[in-house]
Amino acid sequence: MIEKEALESLRVEQFAFDEASEAAIPAILTKYPEGRQASAVLPMLDLAQRQMRRTTGSAWLPVAAMNEVAERLRMPPIRVYEVATFYLMFNRRPIGKFHLQVCTTTPCWLRGSDEVVAACRKSTGIAGWGETSKDGLFTMTEVECLGACVNAPILQVNDDFYEDMDGPATENLLAALRHGDVPPAGSALGRQGSAPADGRTTLLGNGC
Amino acid sequence: MVKLSVDGIEIEVPNGTSVLQAAELAGKEIPRFCYHERLSVAGNCRMCLVEVDKVPKPVASCAWPVANGMVVKTDSPMVRNGRRGVMEFLLINHPLDCPICDQGGECDLQDESMGYGWDRSRFREPKRAVREKDFGPLVKTVMTRCIHCTRCIRFLAEVAGVPQLGATGRGEDMEIDTHIKLALSSELSGNIIDLCPVGALTSKPYAFIARSWELARVDSIDVLDAVGTNISVDSRGPEVLRVLPRINDEVNEEWLADKSRFAIDGLKHRRLDRPWIRRNSKLVPASWDDAFHVIAARLKGLSGEKIGAIAGDLADAESMLALKDLMTALGSRNLDCRQDGARLDASRRDFYLLNTTIAGIEQADAVLILGADPRREAPVLNARIRKRWVAGNFPVGLIGPAVDLTYHAELLGDGPASLARLLAGEHPFAAKLRAAKRPMLILGEAALARADGAAVLAAAWRLAAEFGMLRPDWHGFNVLHTAAARVGALDLGFVPGAGAKDFSAMRAGAVDLLWLLGADEFDAARIPPAVFVVYQGHHGDRGAARADVILPGAAYTEKHGTYVNTEGRAQRGRLAVYPPGEAREDWRILRAFSAVVGHSLPYDDLESLRRRLAAVHPAFARIGSLGAPGCADPTGPAGDPAAVLPTPFSYPIANYYQTDPISRASPTMARCTETFSPRLAQAAE
Repeated sequence: MIEKEALESLRVEQFAFDEASEAAIPAILTKYPEGRQASAVLPMLDLAQRQMRRTTGSAWLPVAAMNEVAERLRMPPIRVYEVATFYLMFNRRPIGKFHLQVCTTTPCWLRGSDEVVAACRKSTGIAGWGETSKDGLFTMTEVECLGACVNAPILQVNDDFYEDMDGPATENLLAALRHGDVPPAGSALGRQGSAPADGRTTLLGNGC
Repeated sequence: MVKLSVDGIEIEVPNGTSVLQAAELAGKEIPRFCYHERLSVAGNCRMCLVEVDKVPKPVASCAWPVANGMVVKTDSPMVRNGRRGVMEFLLINHPLDCPICDQGGECDLQDESMGYGWDRSRFREPKRAVREKDFGPLVKTVMTRCIHCTRCIRFLAEVAGVPQLGATGRGEDMEIDTHIKLALSSELSGNIIDLCPVGALTSKPYAFIARSWELARVDSIDVLDAVGTNISVDSRGPEVLRVLPRINDEVNEEWLADKSRFAIDGLKHRRLDRPWIRRNSKLVPASWDDAFHVIAARLKGLSGEKIGAIAGDLADAESMLALKDLMTALGSRNLDCRQDGARLDASRRDFYLLNTTIAGIEQADAVLILGADPRREAPVLNARIRKRWVAGNFPVGLIGPAVDLTYHAELLGDGPASLARLLAGEHPFAAKLRAAKRPMLILGEAALARADGAAVLAAAWRLAAEFGMLRPDWHGFNVLHTAAARVGALDLGFVPGAGAKDFSAMRAGAVDLLWLLGADEFDAARIPPAVFVVYQGHHGDRGAARADVILPGAAYTEKHGTYVNTEGRAQRGRLAVYPPGEAREDWRILRAFSAVVGHSLPYDDLESLRRRLAAVHPAFARIGSLGAPGCADPTGPAGDPAAVLPTPFSYPIANYYQTDPISRASPTMARCTETFSPRLAQAAE
């Protein structure tokens, strides 16, 4: 781990699962046979990261949280660090309240992800990937294919996919988020799921 | 068994063998970086590609099991092409700094690139650079050179049992790291230097000291613990620069403990390189003749019973025999080799040996450790216990203060009282021990070096008898020594004769002349001033500080010597460099002195001395091997098993890194002490 990151991470010295998390732990652990509890490391880290969001507003994993997970699963701490550093969904630095994950893989890029990125930069003031806006509300990261290419381009905010985005739609979304509204996830065009963007093209009753 | 052909050679191998192993058996060498026969298979370097008939792509032979009728080609165009491709990928990010790399000349990657490398690069992008890690005072890192074979990770997790290294990040950002800055706290950490196939992990004290082709290599035996690790000593001119392990599956496999590997810089500090005589309470330099005559003058008129000798922990059998013969000639039977006061019974050999043998540990199915901390007292042997534990179904019980042995040990108590409880079957561990077919017991110095040592020894033997450890086909009674000289000395009978004075009496002043043969492990300053002390040894440590005459001897790398390890295996160390200044091989000093006092010892060369050794004890006649296994006679040692005291055991080694004159003189070991036991380092100042 890069030293600067480690220092920041070590500043949070204590981490303990709170009541809500504790309630979820038994359900996670019982999914795995006795003696194979280390398999629960991913859901446990996710639980810890969600608790951080709930309690501090920033979904990230300090080293203390990884140590706590290691302790719970009786595995060497380094084995937990390996997992936590492998998966990009685990944030090892504090992030903003809204994690803007812009997909820039080919389908999204062809459908205009550059505009989404530009709109994010413009309305949050973030200069580069991985940075957090001055107001602490937004962190923007570049992600690989989110698996929703039919509705490209995609902007994932925390757990939700906002689909069929373009520049103005992104700006509207960020403005709403800034005001504390969380617009419903899904297509900005208002289409249902991945139904054709211009309305029905089949079963029109005219023989087509 | 499976039949297959490798490059047209038909061979038969056991089921579950990998193609790589089968090829080795057929005499075909397969290049590899991540595969290591003593570690788990990772299969991530892809260098061991071979062609297997009916398989469309080259396969990684280390992770590909053999099957009947398989046809393997290890040198086809497809194989060569594949390996060339792998090599090109490995070299993408590997720097071209072989000329300034300590691994240069003995680097697997360098060697293989001769066969599969290309003299130019097609890679136009920037190479990656990786920040150095701080793994403590022993292991130096140049992480840009790392090819991610993960041998170091697997070694620490599997063999050393200290899982501190891991692969963090992914893809190009993958790094070998401890995540948070941490010195590797394993007594076996130096082995990752040997395992590293490139120059990413190198020896910190040896950094930029020498190139491998400048070194003269001599096979020898390590003396800094009682395991008798087989080593090779690399030297250039008068200096020992490096110690590496040699493979011996019966003793150390291919591992070496950190102290034995890194304490050698102590051989250059605080050395005694000329004789000294104390005049007016000050030590002044002297000639050999003067030194001998001062001792001879003091000996004149002394009766044998006022003369005594104590052998140190690093002494070779040759010099101990010469000293014993000299003492006998002078009429003295006041001999002792047990500076820690261990109540060892020298009357029968299996009372003081690790009878199960180190390799035999792998056959055992339960172990009771009594007053021993094998992790610090014999790290390589501890790795063997751990290896057995990892294999499963191996309950480990520990009687003594709680300590992390790198495997799970059930704590049964902290003193000898727990023995009786175990014997009475009061502890659930007794049932596990009774259910075992080949149970063993390891008795440590902490259990023996106490007032009730003889009673503990007898109680342990009785327990061994009770739990079926003493059988003609299985000997489960073991003593773990910490001193390399100890078993040899006991074999030679370097213990007080009947009615003669033992170590504590001699130290308390019961003799007028005391000869210390490298004896530094007790507070020599407490010897009463009236006693005339002769110190023969190689370091200016506690013994030399108190001496009236100092005779400079040779350290283990500077003499031909025989050492008997804790199993009773006699092994020979060889001279790698000459002793400094006027120092001489120890048995020669004693031989020369014997002529001065008119009792010339009957050997003039090493060979005749070794013939005498073999005549004194048959162990010295079978170098490298052991006597008959099994317990022929279950009669126990003298001592009343009931006379044990309630005091808890306390382990002899508080600081693993400084236990003898050599490691105490070593700057590297001082740095280790500072890093790993800062409290002890402060206390020493």
